[in-house]
Amino acid sequence: MNKKILKQRIYFQIFRVVTASVIIFILLMIGIFITNGASAINWTFLTDKPREGMTQGGIFPAIMGTLYLTLLTIAFAFPIGVASAIYLVEYAGESRLVQVINSAITNLAGVPSIIHGLFGFGLFVTYLQFGTSILSGALTLFLLVLPIVISAAREALLTVPKSFREGSLALGATKWQTVRENVLPYGLPGILTGAILALARAAGETAPILLTATFFFSAGAPAVPTSLLDGTMALSTHIYYMATQHPNPALVRSLTYGTALVLLLLVLSLNLVAIVIRTRHRRRRNW
Amino acid sequence: MNIPVKVETKNLSVSFGEVKAIKNISLMIPANKVTAIIGPSGCGKSTFIKSLNRMNELVKKAKTTGEVLLDGNNIYGEDYDVVNLRREVGMIFQKPNPFPKSIYDNVAFGPRIHGTHKKELLEKIVEENLKKAVLWDEVSDRLNASAMDLSGGQQQRLCISRALAVEPKVILMDEPCSALDPLATAKIESLIRVLSADYTVIIVTHNMQQAFRVADFVAFLYLGELIEYGKTKSMFENPKNELTEKYITGEFG
Amino acid sequence: MRGKEKKRSAIWKETLIEKALLASALVSVVVVVLIFAFLISQGGSAFGRISIIDFLLGTKWEPTSVIAPSFGTLPLLYGTMLVTSIAMVVSVPLGLMAAIYIAEVAYPLEKEILKPVIELLSAVPSVIYGLFALVVLATWIQQLTGTSYRLNALNGGVILAIMVLPTVVSLAEDAITAVPREYKEAAIALGASNWETIRSVLLPSASSGILAAVFLGFGRAVGETMAVLMATGNVAAIGSILEPTRTMTSTIAIETLEVDFGGLHYNTLFALAIELFVITFAFNYLADIIGKRLRRMGR
Repeated sequence: MNKKILKQRIYFQIFRVVTASVIIFILLMIGIFITNGASAINWTFLTDKPREGMTQGGIFPAIMGTLYLTLLTIAFAFPIGVASAIYLVEYAGESRLVQVINSAITNLAGVPSIIHGLFGFGLFVTYLQFGTSILSGALTLFLLVLPIVISAAREALLTVPKSFREGSLALGATKWQTVRENVLPYGLPGILTGAILALARAAGETAPILLTATFFFSAGAPAVPTSLLDGTMALSTHIYYMATQHPNPALVRSLTYGTALVLLLLVLSLNLVAIVIRTRHRRRRNW
Repeated sequence: MNIPVKVETKNLSVSFGEVKAIKNISLMIPANKVTAIIGPSGCGKSTFIKSLNRMNELVKKAKTTGEVLLDGNNIYGEDYDVVNLRREVGMIFQKPNPFPKSIYDNVAFGPRIHGTHKKELLEKIVEENLKKAVLWDEVSDRLNASAMDLSGGQQQRLCISRALAVEPKVILMDEPCSALDPLATAKIESLIRVLSADYTVIIVTHNMQQAFRVADFVAFLYLGELIEYGKTKSMFENPKNELTEKYITGEFG
Repeated sequence: MRGKEKKRSAIWKETLIEKALLASALVSVVVVVLIFAFLISQGGSAFGRISIIDFLLGTKWEPTSVIAPSFGTLPLLYGTMLVTSIAMVVSVPLGLMAAIYIAEVAYPLEKEILKPVIELLSAVPSVIYGLFALVVLATWIQQLTGTSYRLNALNGGVILAIMVLPTVVSLAEDAITAVPREYKEAAIALGASNWETIRSVLLPSASSGILAAVFLGFGRAVGETMAVLMATGNVAAIGSILEPTRTMTSTIAIETLEVDFGGLHYNTLFALAIELFVITFAFNYLADIIGKRLRRMGR
């Protein structure tokens, strides 16, 4: 008997150590970013554009670029994604067409991000001649995040009890009135969570925009984009460029870390907000 | 019969895929009376009552044949306005299902949906119908409180006033008291008697004593078929069908 | 008359809304078809000029060579599979242990903290993992193994393992907690210890779900780009794990911007993308089938 318990205790301790190590490793990684990057972050860093061949100055254009790209992406993905989810949950039957739609969404979700990038390059940048631009980048990212928005919205709508819909229809409300007044309001927190997670995902992606929207530094082009057809800098690609394409990466190491830290903080705080909304909604709801 | 007929079913059959839930029911339901549908579990009572406001169409693979006439018009006819049908034929569900809104907004929901937005009018409607459902005195001071804070019996009466607010002609009740305690049940039963003066009430119940207390007419269903139908007193004291007698005396159920 | 008109326009409005919602849902279908069609057409046209065998099995990837351009993707496939295998060998055992810990051993308070933390970890952008591998991890590995190549397959494999861990952990943990409590209670009632219950009842019951988690992890790892791009050294050659290598994904990332539209190189990159997608699709599909079988068996 004692041998069994002893063996179990050892195993469980090993598991505990492994779990802790994994978490500690990643926290360590984040810690390294903080210590190396924090020194670079100051007001100038956040508001100035890069100077002296990227060895000084700031990352303002990259911040704006990431902002423009992600907001435009969500502007496309949110309405279409939520509308798709509403159709699938509230209106769709079990027809062949619906199966096709569902399978399309699953397949779309399984496409690796670099292939999204290659497709975007082929279709938007080259064939449709949008060029390396915010438009091409946002359209490409839109394809990437659409499944995320649809899944989250779908889940949110499914948690609304059937009895709400029945009660509303039994009073003579139309289907759309029922959805608008008695389903959507209660699914909204979940839908919002999905949108924020999609936003965070779009902000962190590098490969798709590397091929469709960004440049490292162009002396001629405006650093902060002024039109949809302008190329742009972005936080994620800036990190990549600074670490691999810069003539002297070691020199600008702390700037690179600083950029990474800004991106990390942006993405993690968006995710945190989403988690908080979700938890608060779960606790608050009285049905 | 010489009492005006409000709802009439003619050869009504409902099936879900392979399963036939209702077989060929022809029944005349009188206006401004309480008609109870009784029968053992699984006899099709719920399906029957849901076919009277076409709510059974919400279930996948549901197929309905035959006619249901409301004031002489077949509600399954081609151009019939389903949405308006559900205004005219209201439904109270087995488990009270108030919306997670305020008491006021629950009752005002129906009128708002149908185009009433004037505040004074809505307030009048809310008060009127809460009074009709004998709930006004208990909630008049907290109309903005959440409906979910009410007790089960109060929630069910709220659902009734919500249904009344859209001015129906017929009220369907699918075992409205089965989730409630005896005190709440009694309140609703007396409410049903009062309501029948102005509305036609059709109530499904598995509780025979309730049918006896509350109904003017009783229909007995068994395995999807209509076995017997008549005035309450004669059904219970002098059932014509052997099956009816067995059910009423409790030999099965 | 007015009532009837109002009714007709109301019905019209409802139909319009439904059609609009359907149109939105169809966007996904259109998009997927477009992507497939584009990939196949652009990639397929490469095979008019080079043979499929040479493409899939050729060992030299030198598309930009002027004298003798060669499009053999074997080194790239090798790179992808090598790095992915290292990642799975590391992440599956560790991930499983962590999953067991969280599902069965951790205190409720620990669990409440661990689960969201793991979720947050899966949100870290890949380029940040890539930076870490490039600058810090490579140094550690070099010090540990004494290799002369700073950026190599092992570096890529390890960072990939870290990236895939949260996926493996959370999916495996889901699979374990999905096992019906009755199985566990039956074992304990027979006198089995916690560990024995886990080993002999929970894990076998959850095996389909865990396998699905592994396949999904594989699929993710194969499709990953930035981290391996920055960590592996990007040399398209077949070597040992302490030598640099290049994955299919990195190749596409690096070379796309250097090609002429419509040229052979351009088309072969699309062909490479098809090859990549077939692999990830296979893994995802397997994971899906296993997951469905799990649900059908009622576990």
